[in-house]
Amino acid sequence: MTAVEESASPAPALEKEIGRDRRRKEDARLITGRTRWTDNITLPGMLHLAMVRSPFAHARITGIDATAAKQATGIVDVVTAADLDESLGVCINAWPITPEQVTPGHAPIASDRAAFAGEIVAVVVARTAAEARDAAELVEVDYDELPAALDLKEAAAATAENGGALAHPDLGTNKSAYWVFDSGQAGTGGDVEQAIAAARTDGIVLEREYRQQRLIPAFMEPRSTVVDPTGEQITMWSATQIPHILRFALAATTGVPESKIRVIAPDVGGGFGGKLQQTPEEMIVFALARRLGKPVKYTETRSESLMSAHHGRDQWQKLTLAAGRDGRVTGLKVELLADLGAYVAIVGGGVPVLGAFMFNAIYKFPAYHFACQTVLTNKTWTDAYRGAGRPEATFAIERLMDELAAEVGVDPLEIRQRNWITHEEFPFTTVAGLEYDSGNYEAATARAKEMFGYDELRAEQQRRRESGDKVQLGIGVSTFTEMCGLAPSRVLGSLDYGAGGWEHASIRMLATGKVEVVTGASAHGQGHETAFSQIVADRLGVPFEDVEVLHGDTQIAHKGLDTYGSRSLVVGGEAVVRAADKVIEKARPLAAHLLEASVEDLEFKDGRFGVRGTDAGVALQDLATATFAAHNLPDGMEPSIDAEATFDPVNFNYPHGTHLCAVEVDTETGKVTMRSYVACDDIGVVINPLIVAGQVHGGLVQGIAQALFEEAVHDEGGTLVTGSFVDYLLPTAADTISFQIDHTTSPATTNSLGAKGVGEAGTIASTPAVVNAVVDALRPYGVHDVAMPCTPERVWRAIQGGGAGGETPGAAAPHFDESTGMSGTVDRTTGADQ
Amino acid sequence: MTRINLVVDGMRVADDIEPRMLLVQYLREKLGKTGTVVGCDTSNCGACTVHLDGRSVKSCNVLAVQADGSEVTTIEGLAQNGQLHPVQEAFRECHGLQCGFCTPGMIMQSVDLLKDNPKPTEEEIRLGIEGNLCRCTGYHNIVRAVQHASGQPVAPNEVTA
Amino acid sequence: MIPAPFDYVAPTSLDEALAALREHGDEAKILAGGQSLLPVLRMRLNAPEWIIDLGRIDSLRGIREEGDAIVIGAMTPHSVVGNDPLVAQHAGLISAAVERLADVQVRHRGTFGGALAHADPAGDLGGPARALGAVFVIAGAGGMRQVDADDFFVDLFETAIGEDEILVEVRIPKHTGWGSRYEKFVRVEHQWPICAVAATVRVEGGTVTGAGVGLTNMGSTPIRARGVEEALVGQPASAESFAAAAGRAVEGTNPPTDLNGSAEYRLHLAQVLTRRALAAAAGLGEG
Repeated sequence: MTAVEESASPAPALEKEIGRDRRRKEDARLITGRTRWTDNITLPGMLHLAMVRSPFAHARITGIDATAAKQATGIVDVVTAADLDESLGVCINAWPITPEQVTPGHAPIASDRAAFAGEIVAVVVARTAAEARDAAELVEVDYDELPAALDLKEAAAATAENGGALAHPDLGTNKSAYWVFDSGQAGTGGDVEQAIAAARTDGIVLEREYRQQRLIPAFMEPRSTVVDPTGEQITMWSATQIPHILRFALAATTGVPESKIRVIAPDVGGGFGGKLQQTPEEMIVFALARRLGKPVKYTETRSESLMSAHHGRDQWQKLTLAAGRDGRVTGLKVELLADLGAYVAIVGGGVPVLGAFMFNAIYKFPAYHFACQTVLTNKTWTDAYRGAGRPEATFAIERLMDELAAEVGVDPLEIRQRNWITHEEFPFTTVAGLEYDSGNYEAATARAKEMFGYDELRAEQQRRRESGDKVQLGIGVSTFTEMCGLAPSRVLGSLDYGAGGWEHASIRMLATGKVEVVTGASAHGQGHETAFSQIVADRLGVPFEDVEVLHGDTQIAHKGLDTYGSRSLVVGGEAVVRAADKVIEKARPLAAHLLEASVEDLEFKDGRFGVRGTDAGVALQDLATATFAAHNLPDGMEPSIDAEATFDPVNFNYPHGTHLCAVEVDTETGKVTMRSYVACDDIGVVINPLIVAGQVHGGLVQGIAQALFEEAVHDEGGTLVTGSFVDYLLPTAADTISFQIDHTTSPATTNSLGAKGVGEAGTIASTPAVVNAVVDALRPYGVHDVAMPCTPERVWRAIQGGGAGGETPGAAAPHFDESTGMSGTVDRTTGADQ
Repeated sequence: MTRINLVVDGMRVADDIEPRMLLVQYLREKLGKTGTVVGCDTSNCGACTVHLDGRSVKSCNVLAVQADGSEVTTIEGLAQNGQLHPVQEAFRECHGLQCGFCTPGMIMQSVDLLKDNPKPTEEEIRLGIEGNLCRCTGYHNIVRAVQHASGQPVAPNEVTA
Repeated sequence: MIPAPFDYVAPTSLDEALAALREHGDEAKILAGGQSLLPVLRMRLNAPEWIIDLGRIDSLRGIREEGDAIVIGAMTPHSVVGNDPLVAQHAGLISAAVERLADVQVRHRGTFGGALAHADPAGDLGGPARALGAVFVIAGAGGMRQVDADDFFVDLFETAIGEDEILVEVRIPKHTGWGSRYEKFVRVEHQWPICAVAATVRVEGGTVTGAGVGLTNMGSTPIRARGVEEALVGQPASAESFAAAAGRAVEGTNPPTDLNGSAEYRLHLAQVLTRRALAAAAGLGEG
């Protein structure tokens, strides 16, 4: 059963897969409804849960009466924290950013006190989901309301002594951690105070305060968890981005051995960071399935999702930028307040730290200081949301660069050019201490300008300004970069993160020559099955169709660190490459043996080992078959050419791009309408242009949505007012436009593919581009800021307010809460009037 | 319990159900038609869109009893004789989906749209699917998929300048 | 997501429906298209013991011409109203508003009468109904009675329909040859209007000879902007007169303050949108 004879003539060369617009393998099941969402799973005897959640942001629980609920039809049990022992586990914070960090304990079920509206206080177990919900209505919980810490600035200032509301009174403070980076101390640059002082004497100092409003990731698939405790292992299916991390967390906090837990993330309907969590709901389902010995399911409603799945952003940014009169930046000082919500989520505290390295963006600052105070409040916890820290940083610096351009009186692109790292200067060590390995800001900007018709639009803008057009044109610029491909484990260690940043892959050469690729990355829409197939097809020289990518199951992919931080391709993909290379090297002696040639005389090309100077050769896929039979192997060779690899990157990678946005502002109503948007991104070598374009488009709309539409708003009592899709405004197709995108290519040097991450780029870049465009349109009115989201009313008020900028009602700090405060509103439950 | 009779994806079915059961629950829980999904509780997201007597509806916003005597088509009944519907094919061709959760509803609504308006403009497409939320694609490629399905030229994907 | 349990009845005639309503009284809710009611039930903001589904009563559906009115059956789906040539010809403002109402799927299920009876001040049909002087035909134990649009909307989610009554049809006086515009202002397209202005005008020989203006979400009910109408009739159909008349759009309003805008902003919007709606209705473009 040796295949060597059959492959005497070389196979026709396969078309290169990398760079090809492959249609996705994933789609066949998704467009026909043959999907595997967690909520689809039904198991014999499966029980259902309904959560009883606190309606109060902060309240002492003085009594829970479940008598009536327990007597309702189909009810198995009603449990509270008191009913469950430590087997329930706790939600862990994996990233205490300082050794002194104040971290409140986070039990999945509140016992004596609820710390945010939506926190679980009791759980109903029933035969059907409907019965569970019915009985949940009968659970009577007595609360004594406590003062709630809601406003971020007030919470930061509150102490036990001054009587301010404390999110957790026993902690005596709302301040969780204070984290500082200073270029002078780090040796990566000068002293920022000196730079500011010098600029005050002779130069420009800009002081601005920006609000990163609270957002909700709002993945389309509500979270769902099923746990089956029958059999030797406990199996959890969950709509999660992180099956591996979740398995570890379950084991670490419940005492169940990791080897007894299998976590499966089947088809997962979007995440955007929002499913990067070890959730109370998962812990509860796990505990109750074990306790009852039956499969248990919980699927949240959208309203529950919006109030309890973690939120994102929510920072105050105080910025001081020093520059020379020529607009060359000499220093930047950043002081952040970051709202953690009621608990420190799995990496919640670290989100602003991820941003700390990005405020200098593509610019050559000689001095930089960053300080961040994380703050506990009685609101839903916050954590990663697409970009996680980097969009906030990029927004701040890109807004500031526009402000600086206005101050100096030059074009926003000109001010950037005066400050950016030129392409000859790579690799470049930044003032934040990162080494940018590659990039070409000039090229991306030139291409973007050309696509955009920059000069023509500027001319139109001028005409409209001169004619006093009711509809003004604004042009926004964003020349972003980001650090992605999370992450070099040593760097994570230096930042006190609780895990590494490597990724694992294995390749199984099946008896028929087909290839199974197992990755520890866990896709939820990104197209891993397609992109990784392309990589392996090229590397092993096998047909794309012969490659099957497996992921999202800890039993199949035994090692992994999952998908977030634009890491899958650049870390997980590189692991796949390395595993593939190992397969080839393992197969080489076998090929030599079968071809009766020496290893040195073999070359591997297009899936085939050939003997140099002859036609003799053998296909890799046939060697797989040969190891299956194992009849004729070299002495001592194990009958396998399977291989695995774990890749730990030595550096991040740094996608960048120039985004240009044109908006029209109706100055009578304040409504902002997108007119055109150009994105020229440099994401290195593109594996699948189709998938990349999709990632960019989707990212853009999420970033645009932060600029114009979305905001999680709480009322004075701490209830989430934007608690359904009626009020949390996701843009529709009718609110967005078609985009023009292109790429320039500076290959990354930190992985052999030359690829950079792309999942977060669009989101990071687009928010400042849009807000810059809005402000640009309104500069003749004396406006130099509009708070996000730039609602029609805020824009209108900014125009009315004239040159006050930060004091414009829509933008200024004190007005923020008033303008979004709710009173006497109609509570609509449907987005569509009948 | 109320008895209902209807035809779902060409199959005649009859069941005794609670009046409160939503059509989408009936499809998913009674018939195992899990291709149709639930994305919200306020009828905003459109993920549950199916055809009821030939017109698109949000199946979370219809009681199963209201569908008594009707004909329902779900995403699972769209392909005929093993052939994908042109709209399904177009979503794949134009990368009109990523996570795929909104996709069943998006496809069912697009089919309805093209039934009324076989050659819609971009604006008509965007308004025609305004009742369907997508969080992944930014709608760009969904619009292109509908254009493609309607036989209209679609700009190449990478550069749309 | 799951409504609380209820009993269900689907009468096939108006008399049966009225009888069911009398029998179950305030323990019952009428189900028309259900596009607003079902979300309320699913969120368990209401848990009626009985649902009376009007969907099986054929006589409540349909559109007909009757003398100087277009008569729209209460259970006629929005999509049918929106595509109806009679409505387009004689009550173009209704067609214009329906086109912007909710989304396609909701327009397939939601009904003309159901939306009006729901009486959400942000609903898209109340303003047009008031602008056109619609007459509501309501059935009760004592037979049919008619209520003018001016008296139909009582308060937030409250109409002149009694507890044991059912809205049967809506009579829209013909406005043949009138221009129409429904100017709806939203932040995102699937949202309820922050403010909307329904305007229909008749222009003869360059002079406005008739005007109907209704305001959406500017108070606890849809509002008829009589001040605007009065200011307009007899005036030239010009940008100046539309602008002047639009200034009176704030009269009698009491707009809410909510997430999408303050009362002050809505008062401003109402004037801008009124001017634009009038100009567009008169064929002068955006104004």
